[in-house]
Amino acid sequence: MTWENESASVLPEQRIYARWLAAGSHLSFALLVTAFIIYLAGVAAPLVPVAQLPNYWTLSAARYAAATGGPTGWHWLEFIGRSDVMNLVGIACVALVTPVCFARLVPEFVRQREHTFAAIALMELWILVLAASGIAAG
Amino acid sequence: MWPLALFLVSFLLGIVAVLAGVGGGVLFVPIVSALFPFHLDFVRGAGLLLALAGALAAGPSLLMSGMASLRLALPFALIGSVFSMVGALVSFQVPADVMQAMLGITIALIVLLMWRCGSTEPSARGASDRIAAGLGLAGVYFDPVSGGNVDWRVQHTAAGFAAFAIIGLVGGMFGLGAGWANVPALNLLLGVPLKGAVATSSIVMSIVNTSAAWIYIGRGAVLPMIVTPSIIGVMLGARIGARLLHRLPSAVLRRIVIVILLLAGARALLTGFGLWN
Repeated sequence: MTWENESASVLPEQRIYARWLAAGSHLSFALLVTAFIIYLAGVAAPLVPVAQLPNYWTLSAARYAAATGGPTGWHWLEFIGRSDVMNLVGIACVALVTPVCFARLVPEFVRQREHTFAAIALMELWILVLAASGIAAG
Repeated sequence: MWPLALFLVSFLLGIVAVLAGVGGGVLFVPIVSALFPFHLDFVRGAGLLLALAGALAAGPSLLMSGMASLRLALPFALIGSVFSMVGALVSFQVPADVMQAMLGITIALIVLLMWRCGSTEPSARGASDRIAAGLGLAGVYFDPVSGGNVDWRVQHTAAGFAAFAIIGLVGGMFGLGAGWANVPALNLLLGVPLKGAVATSSIVMSIVNTSAAWIYIGRGAVLPMIVTPSIIGVMLGARIGARLLHRLPSAVLRRIVIVILLLAGARALLTGFGLWN
């Protein structure tokens, strides 16, 4: 992939991060749109029928989950065949792009012997994994 | 019907956000929560994800041009993402009416910030502080408009950490994105020139919003029927907005946006106090 405004003075780790960011964001947006088309087309049955959604989207997230059996945490993976839950694959991919980029960034900083930035990137990766794991949410 | 209406409103917000020079999330949450019947939890989740999607899409080009600095973004994004996660976690413990009232107050403060900061552009003139010098937070980027290189360095780094902690907390709580505050913090407080601040803000936002996004996903506060039309609408609108940018008066639009935000913020405040259902 090339950029018409690419600058020769960009640092190597920034160039790598940008390439991974571009690939990840393109993939996640493609998944997001594809899953939504499948949802609207009615190819697979949703967990909550579209016609019934207005009865539930006025509820808080906790009450919505209780009323519909909607999954929380990573339990959505158990309902991945349902067309509405399938959309969470694309949404999760949007939220996975940054952690994946950081997983690539850490070894690059280590290779450059940039120990301070390697530590900062590693701490950031740890925070993102903590948030994604659901451990922080209890 | 509601998702189609949401798509159209998001599309318009995407256009206006670019023309007025504000983030999509800061417009989306108060306006959509005022116009649509969705619970605030789902509107916050959608606002956060559309701000994240926009920042991810813009990031590669900004990084490759050298206008954004990854090294500048990293330390502030680390602080911001910790507090963004905390903000998101706290938000699910707060009653909905209190959240509405707090959103109204926050929007009023953001409007004040937008009004005061306007388009001012002071950048660092003195030497870097010790933390910034230690981290090597300085650089140069090429500005295609002026046709010259722009040097930048960072001052007031410790105050910057405090600012990004607050920005992360508020952004995570309300799903507002963070462009509305990242740019003033980077430009006015840290002394980064405006274009570098705008570009780096997008990178910071993509990192900070990710930690909160996982909390919203984990709590089930992400409804695809709300999130996906919003993301597609705002991103398509932003493309149209970018084309219209040089044809419409941004300053006038910015004032209109400020008035709309004030009205949406007032409605959130009144809803929070039980004076508007």
